Amino acid sequence: MPETINPTNRIHNNNRPADPVTPYLDPLDMADLVPGCMSQSHSYEASPVHQEKLGFPGELVDDWHDKAINKMGDLVSKYKSLRVFLDSCVKCGACADKCHYGMGTGDPKNMPVARQNLFRSVYRRYFTTAGKYVPALVGARDLTIEVLDEWYSYFHQCSQCRRCSVYCPYGIDTAEISMAAREILDTVGKGQKYCNEIIGKVHEVGNNLGMPAKAMKATLEDFEEDLEDETGLEIKMPLDIKGADILLVTPSADFFAEPHIDGLLGYAKVFHEAGASWTMSTTASEAANFGMFIGSYENMRKVSLRIRKAAEELGVKRIIFGECGHAWRVAYSFLNTLAGPFDFLDSRYPVPQHICEYTWDLIERDIIKFDKSKNDEYRLTFHDSCNVARGSGMGDKPGDQFEIPRDILKATCNHYFDMEENTIRKETVCCGGGGGLLTDDLLDLRKKGASPRMKALSNAREENGVTHMAAICAICKSQFAKVMPGYDFEIDSILSVHQMVSNAIILTGAIDPDEEDDDE
Amino acid sequence: MLTSFYAVLFYLATLSLIGGLGIRIYQFASTPAPLKIPTPSAARTLWGVAFRMFREVAFFETLFRSNKWIWFFGILFHAGLLLVVLRHLRYFTQPVWFWVELIQPFGIYAGFAMLIGLTGLLLRRMILTAMRYISAPSDYLMLILLITIGASGYSMKFGAHTDIVAVKQFFLGLMVFDWQPIPADLPLLVHLLLVAVLMIIFPFSKLLHAPGIFFSPTLNQVDNAREKRHIVAWAADMEK
Ligand code: HEM
Ligand code: HEM
Repeated sequence: MPETINPTNRIHNNNRPADPVTPYLDPLDMADLVPGCMSQSHSYEASPVHQEKLGFPGELVDDWHDKAINKMGDLVSKYKSLRVFLDSCVKCGACADKCHYGMGTGDPKNMPVARQNLFRSVYRRYFTTAGKYVPALVGARDLTIEVLDEWYSYFHQCSQCRRCSVYCPYGIDTAEISMAAREILDTVGKGQKYCNEIIGKVHEVGNNLGMPAKAMKATLEDFEEDLEDETGLEIKMPLDIKGADILLVTPSADFFAEPHIDGLLGYAKVFHEAGASWTMSTTASEAANFGMFIGSYENMRKVSLRIRKAAEELGVKRIIFGECGHAWRVAYSFLNTLAGPFDFLDSRYPVPQHICEYTWDLIERDIIKFDKSKNDEYRLTFHDSCNVARGSGMGDKPGDQFEIPRDILKATCNHYFDMEENTIRKETVCCGGGGGLLTDDLLDLRKKGASPRMKALSNAREENGVTHMAAICAICKSQFAKVMPGYDFEIDSILSVHQMVSNAIILTGAIDPDEEDDDE
Repeated sequence: MLTSFYAVLFYLATLSLIGGLGIRIYQFASTPAPLKIPTPSAARTLWGVAFRMFREVAFFETLFRSNKWIWFFGILFHAGLLLVVLRHLRYFTQPVWFWVELIQPFGIYAGFAMLIGLTGLLLRRMILTAMRYISAPSDYLMLILLITIGASGYSMKFGAHTDIVAVKQFFLGLMVFDWQPIPADLPLLVHLLLVAVLMIIFPFSKLLHAPGIFFSPTLNQVDNAREKRHIVAWAADMEK
């Protein structure tokens, strides 16, 4: 990591001012500790309607105390992770400065070990000998309504990004604990609006937006027209095609948000050029699975089974996931467990596959080619999304989830630069909006949590003139579009990886807009 | 009287250590892990997992990346502790095993390493604001307990020598339920009392990290969710 920047190394281009916008800031600097400074952060609680749709009590139940403790016991007996993690932490402090929310807010309760202790202290009180008899000695405490509130606040200041877990000598993963805490909160009737409302929509309509099939069809037709205008080719956006080979499951943000849409157009071009038979589904029109964020196996399973059902009904041979971080974690690591076995699919392909694996394979086999100069206006870097980087894999080697997206980007553009080593790959810092926190009532937290990444990106701008950052996660993309302007980046400095693919791919028989320009 | 007290104490301590750890290890082992949650760089084979675990246990590989100071003090302490404990096997074996003889000279320095490590860890905990914030009294006491065990050990070595032959006879006797008198030297009695305390609290404290690490799903799972369906009993029940 460079301590200072050698000015002669800087590359100047038109997109950036010649004078540094920001001095070098260590992205991983910890803000000064101010106990309790984030205790006011409290996202909206779910209304009874949203709670009950998921089978949770509408509001805080009278016997919340006993119910919470029972649920805790139940979870500890069902999840090895929880039991081992609760018993094993020695509070060595290795994780204390590793959380982006800790770094950004300076609230000591946002240090992973302290966040865990909000939960562990209660576990100790009710489930361990030491905590039962000498609570003060081991830092055990009763579950009170204040503690419950504190849980609500601080377990919604964790994006479940698992950065702490890759620094813990025992691999203790705060995400597991924050999922358990959220599940207990749901069980006693204190759920979060953002997540629970969205999960309700998925169960009811099939996607997070609650977008009905008709609207989806109309949107896709618009995209087909746009693609035809751009390329002169009939590039299809097929929906509910029975007997197609590939079912594409992509986050619903790909249908309406920028830069997500450009990614979707990219997938379509890749499928088109490869001559693939593919389809999307109206009932599985969502890759996201917020069931993971609330730690609910049942909800996660129900959302996953939708995808299996769509695959069966359409009679496809393969399932491919679009660019979505946590969806890929659920897909890669959990789908086979939740909704498998998938022996009705073609066993020559992994189930499921990531769109990046699919595209990279075509690149390697020379089936799709690029005109890199089409992306010359971009000086690009890549943000590893936590759930892809630390919650899943790709390809056939450990670490392919870092390399495949980078390899795709390098194949599609001439100017690629990585950010600082300890902020990428498995050490990547979260965008600040993952894990069910991408809601406006948590904007302050989101901005603070984004600061390590944004500092690293600003440093890349100073050092290499980086202008844009690509990602393969719908949440990251939305979050960065929101926070980038605060760091003097344009709102469209965040890109989809398949947007770069879309820009540079050479489509057989396409009209070349550049040549057309010459004619005019 | 003294002998009986220490004899009973060590029987209890052994019971707590072995019985308690047995129960906790059984709990760790028998609790299902419903989902695949390995962290990178997760291994794709069982051998890979074993190799990863070995590196974590033997070298604290992850800790090295996270924090060099904790790693340095931590390794000094744990490696020192390991050698010290192995060196102590001479009190429990007759004839003393060959390799235990062999490490005797290193064992002495290892005790220093252990104490330096422990002191470093304790100072960190007392000085750094973040460490103070996360520490409970038991976190300090655990380090103080270990330091006192080490210090009392050294006070026998370099100060008030004790009759180590008698100590050995006492422990060999305990093992065959034939109690021999324990030397009534204060440093020894302190040393042994605290060791017994350590053994007793082991299964009830954060020392469970020692067995715990082997059961940590993020470290011990094979990253093959797509290839091989992973399903535990309570999850399979939902499919019925
Ligand atoms: C498989 C065996 C073990 C492994 C892999 C292991 C690993 C670790 C690691 C990685 C740490 C955190 C860093 C540090 O402070 O050193 C730690 C801390 C600690 N270990 Fe162990 N350990 C093992 C056995 C033991 C045993 C047998 C004891 C005690 C008798 C022990 C006592 C401690 C204590 C007291 C701490 C906390 C240090 C502090 O307060 O900062 N460990 N261990
Ligand atoms: C029942 C178990 C134990 C017995 C009978 C025992 C006995 C002794 C004796 C007799 C000595 C003096 C050696 C000499 O004068 O040459 C000693 C030293 C020492 N003991 Fe222990 N001890 C026990 C457990 C432990 C444990 C668990 C630790 C560490 C946590 C420990 C740490 C030390 C250290 C650091 C020394 C000084 C260095 C050395 O002689 O190796 N002892 N112990």
